[in-house]
Amino acid sequence: MEFLYTLIINIIKVAVVFGVTLLHVAYATYFERKVIGRMQCRLGPTEVGPMGLLQPFADMFKSLFKEDIIPTKADKAVFFIAPVIVLAPTMTSLSVIPFSEKFIIADINVGMLFILACASLSVYGIILAGWSSGSKYAFFGGIRSAAQVISYEIAMGISLASVFLMAGSVRLDEIVKAQYEYPLSMYAPHLIIGFVVFLIAAFAETNRTPFDLPEAETELVAGYLTEYSGFRYALFFLSEYVAMFIMSSIMTLCFFGGWTIPRFITDILPFLLYVPGIFWFLLKVYFFIFFYYWVRATVPRYRFDQLMKIGWKVLIPLSLFNLLLVAFVKRFVL
Amino acid sequence: MVPLSWYIVLSAGLFFIGFFTFLTRRNVLMMFLSVEIMFNSINIALIAMSHYMQDIHGQMIAFFVIANAAAGVAVGLALIIAVFRNKPSLNLEDFNLLKG
Amino acid sequence: MTLPQIFFAYFFVMILGLAVMVVTRRNLVHAVLWMLLMFVHIGGLYLFLNAEFFAIIQIIVYAGAILVMFLFVLLLLNVKQSLTASLFIRGWQGRAMAVVFLLLVFVISIKNLVIGPRGEYSIQRIEQQGHIKVIGEAMFNDYILPFMIIGLILFVPMIAAAVLAMRRHDGSS
Repeated sequence: MEFLYTLIINIIKVAVVFGVTLLHVAYATYFERKVIGRMQCRLGPTEVGPMGLLQPFADMFKSLFKEDIIPTKADKAVFFIAPVIVLAPTMTSLSVIPFSEKFIIADINVGMLFILACASLSVYGIILAGWSSGSKYAFFGGIRSAAQVISYEIAMGISLASVFLMAGSVRLDEIVKAQYEYPLSMYAPHLIIGFVVFLIAAFAETNRTPFDLPEAETELVAGYLTEYSGFRYALFFLSEYVAMFIMSSIMTLCFFGGWTIPRFITDILPFLLYVPGIFWFLLKVYFFIFFYYWVRATVPRYRFDQLMKIGWKVLIPLSLFNLLLVAFVKRFVL
Repeated sequence: MVPLSWYIVLSAGLFFIGFFTFLTRRNVLMMFLSVEIMFNSINIALIAMSHYMQDIHGQMIAFFVIANAAAGVAVGLALIIAVFRNKPSLNLEDFNLLKG
Repeated sequence: MTLPQIFFAYFFVMILGLAVMVVTRRNLVHAVLWMLLMFVHIGGLYLFLNAEFFAIIQIIVYAGAILVMFLFVLLLLNVKQSLTASLFIRGWQGRAMAVVFLLLVFVISIKNLVIGPRGEYSIQRIEQQGHIKVIGEAMFNDYILPFMIIGLILFVPMIAAAVLAMRRHDGSS
């Protein structure tokens, strides 16, 4: 009976998180188009529904009813499962993110490492999508993506290691609780180098501008997405936006205090303690998602050799230096 | 409770699949994959024994095995790329320059 | 059969079956894909053995680093697979005999396996302290020298791989 009860509760939790995330993706695209439109002195979508609010659904139905084209040279089995390999680990890593103090689907001991593992699995989908399309553009997009993601994963992992070192745990809720003890209730000011490295690596991991070389349209048509159409394309699209959500969540949880707000604010305005934690969490997450769009609208794309140079010669040494610094401070100062 | 011997049988089976492939397949990269399979079978045995003997030391060795595997693959793949530049083939029987 | 045994049977069948799938593939990209599935299953098996850290390391290191490197090299070389040539090397029958012989040696030796005394890391202790903490304490207290050596072992191949894969322009290095 106990078992059945937990099972039902968990299924409801999963349904809520997945449903909300899918809705989030729909409106994240709308939000992106509006924000970038405003930054370029345009209006963005206005036609479908009031203020264009139904635009995401129009796009969704369009992509669902499009013809599903399979290239003759494609490796069919791999071509079919590549979008699923991208999407499944990304969605799975949603399950270990604590949205507030109580709301988490799977409360496991290795939470943060689990997200890293899922991130490393979704690389396969991109490489295989590029390989299985049987087209030159897709192939180069896949190879570029592989090189890029492998390089930036290292910097990302090492900068997160400094967080683990500070918090003394890899559980996401314990990382948040450890941050609450610090003056600003967040690690970002203390681990500023690690945070900047992570921020840049997160852009590269999710293949967003300025590091969207795998799908650089001026050189590669659409990179590994070239041969995909219809709902398979929509799956890639979906996983890109979910990955952005997850990266923003990690930044919020590991560097910006997750669902808590800084203590000096609640000391002045104590009624803010009654606001549910998920509100603060989502506020921070959407700030980072806005930041993604902001960067996309302002920063031009890097060249591939510049990308590699930044990854290996700047970010990895910086994150190693940060790790050593944190270890030193943790051992001798704190 | 799952008996320890089951894990040993699994590990042995995996090891011999890998070993057989290592000796008989012609493709050099396939040999590398089979080496990885053998490493994994060893890790299963080490971690299972460590769990059943309630001793952490087996897991430490498994950790070092994983690190070694990563190092080995890095050099091995670099060697394959270097050889491939001189002789564009992955067939083991083509690499016979030292035979005389 | 109890529930853990049923789960173990699933992993047993899947891991061995996937290993066979890996080694019989002609197309190496497919082999790597089956291998990925096999690694995920082995990671699941480690969860049964109360070694959650190894389950994650299995995915991050094997699937996320080693196999991706493999796939990368595979795409870089981009060899055309011949569909007719034999999968096996010349004279593989003799080599297969060697495998059978080793298997016999293994069976004989495994019969004399004696389980030693139980150690001090009981399941309760690992659960209470957390697996990562236990591993970390053992690694940095008892195994600090091997840990440093493994650092060197990882560092030297990094240089070696870079030197080997470096393209030499105009004769000079």
